[in-house]
Amino acid sequence: MKEYLLDFKIADRTVLPGGCAMIEFERADGEKLPPFRPGQFVEIKIPGVPAAMLRRPISICDVTDSGRLLLMVKPAGEATRHLTLMPAGSVVSMIIPLGNGFDTAGAAGKRVLLAGGGVGAAPLINLCRVLADADAQVEILLGGRSARDVQGLPEYYRGSEQVHVATDDGTVGHHGLVTGHPVLNERFDTIYVCGPTPMMKGMAAIARNRGTECFVSLENMMACGLGACLCCVEKTVKGNVCVCKHGPVFNINELTWQ
Amino acid sequence: MAINLAVDLGAGLKLKNPVLTASGTFGYGTEFADFIDLNRLGGFIVKGTTLEPRQGNDSPRMVETPSGMINAVGLQNGGVDHFIEHKYPSLTQYTSEVIVNVSGASVADYAKVAEKLAPLDKIHAIEVNISCPNVKAGGMAFGTTCEGAAEVTAALRKAWPRHLMVKLSPNVTDIASIAGAVEQAGADSVSLINTLLAMSVDVERQRASISTVTGGLSGPAVRPVAVRMVWQVARRVSIPVVGLGGITCADDALQFIMAGATAVQIGTYNFVDPQVTVKTIDGLEDYCRRHGVDDINKLRGII
Ligand SMILES: Cc1cc2nc3c(=O)[nH]c(=O)nc-3n(C[C@H](O)[C@H](O)[C@H](O)COP(=O)(O)OP(=O)(O)OC[C@H]3O[C@@H](n4cnc5c(N)ncnc54)[C@H](O)[C@@H]3O)c2cc1C
Ligand SMILES: Cc1cc2nc3c(=O)[nH]c(=O)nc-3n(C[C@H](O)[C@H](O)[C@H](O)COP(=O)(O)O)c2cc1C
Ligand code: FES
Repeated sequence: MKEYLLDFKIADRTVLPGGCAMIEFERADGEKLPPFRPGQFVEIKIPGVPAAMLRRPISICDVTDSGRLLLMVKPAGEATRHLTLMPAGSVVSMIIPLGNGFDTAGAAGKRVLLAGGGVGAAPLINLCRVLADADAQVEILLGGRSARDVQGLPEYYRGSEQVHVATDDGTVGHHGLVTGHPVLNERFDTIYVCGPTPMMKGMAAIARNRGTECFVSLENMMACGLGACLCCVEKTVKGNVCVCKHGPVFNINELTWQ
Repeated sequence: MAINLAVDLGAGLKLKNPVLTASGTFGYGTEFADFIDLNRLGGFIVKGTTLEPRQGNDSPRMVETPSGMINAVGLQNGGVDHFIEHKYPSLTQYTSEVIVNVSGASVADYAKVAEKLAPLDKIHAIEVNISCPNVKAGGMAFGTTCEGAAEVTAALRKAWPRHLMVKLSPNVTDIASIAGAVEQAGADSVSLINTLLAMSVDVERQRASISTVTGGLSGPAVRPVAVRMVWQVARRVSIPVVGLGGITCADDALQFIMAGATAVQIGTYNFVDPQVTVKTIDGLEDYCRRHGVDDINKLRGII
């Protein structure tokens, strides 16, 4: 897929109760977004933060009805915090789209579960819509520490049949980890996961035990995002591969996770 | 005014302009083909190539540090045979020079890689990375002693028929004497600097930031050290010097040229701006125009 180096303008921003910002971007030249697949990401240069010389990888969350690019940003450090606070009209440079994205072929008629932990909820938003449009039966499972971490998120999953929730403190949904949610006792054809590594490993173990097809989206540290520096590798059954180029989405059978 | 940006590194290595890309930061060139016309470059230096395939180090392999980054990729590559079969064919289409960066764990390894590359017509030069640990010398890098550096260079002089560029490590007490030893042993040019040995600690997690604990620092943070070393080396040797370390724009490149470099390489900053190379080339031309210089070679070594 062709990659583009483009300037984007912040058009709008909504801060969710959990602290993540849902930021809408328009191309600075007014043109349409380049084509992308769910699960692909952008490398964004956050201006005005000397500590962030390198670009930051952020998943493509969705495209809005008015054609804007939606990103969900968690203030994890200096650069991402700055990005969540940048006013409308600010211009940032992005490389878009990067990575392989989720394979959504043959989804029609399947029952699928999309499980997101924390900001891992982001790439699943566009995935949900694409799968629902392809006539899959989509259910969502979101995890957070507390109710506010997932508040405001369910409405983004358009086309989903149901949104299940698990919180560490039990303030909403299942009390406990995502991996302990009762919905996991039900039968799914495919499970897609993005979240903290322990959660993804837990979900992968469950899927493997049941013989369910499972894809995870990894968030390794990246420098270039282009497959040029080999800084982002993950050990796979085929050796070390770049998460930015051959991932970030992997079938769990490709990984060496136990 | 017509401005000449072409430079001659000797022994058959002529560049249409002084801007090369640094090994390990530009993949095999094709990774950047969506962003720039690769034919605009003076040339590109591909990933470090070894005799056997290498898996490299464990993750995490990088951490960002003030105005730079520390990496510990560990020479992951598919090996020289894989390069010849799968990478080389697509590189022959470019009018820019393609230089292969060569690494090895023994002198014999280096020489064997060069022998395998020798029949490839498009490859007019190899760049030898002598910062690799020498297995025989207890893992101490070849590039840290005059004897080690000269030994590798001499072996490659025999094994490689065309331009031989030797890339120097900055992790030494006196880089100019290493450069002198390499020149004596038959190098056609020297490039510097490779990464500076560095370390960063993740205090929250109470462990080293990268898997190997120490790694190589690159980016603008190293530039003043690199410019100083290029200046020292250019005064010592009479072969051409290729300068690199933290270049982000034409002015940075000109610092190296004025300190004595014939050509420059751009590495880490390709990650920040994939178009930095062509912007630098345009900037060099613009500088010459503004200063009434008709040939970039006239700016070399003026300091
Ligand atoms: C493919 C991919 C997709 C991502 N998608 C999103 C997204 O949609 N929304 C979002 O908010 N974040 C996303 N991230 C994580 C995001 O890139 C990091 O949070 C960001 O780089 C941190 O930058 P910083 O300067 O703010 O923080 P830093 O000070 O650099 O780091 C703060 C904390 O974040 C961790 N971190 C740093 N870089 C990364 C990284 N590359 N991956 C994971 N953790 C990191 C550090 O270990 C540290 O604990 C994604 C990462 C990847 C690799
Ligand atoms: C991710 C990465 C990988 C590198 N791999 C190699 C390599 O394989 N061989 C080599 O000689 N130098 C390698 N280098 C060093 C660069 O070529 C260059 O010498 C150094 O980064 C300084 O230049 P810069 O500051 O412009 O990046 C690597 C650097 C980085 C950042
Ligand atoms: S981040 Fe550079 S290869 Fe993946």
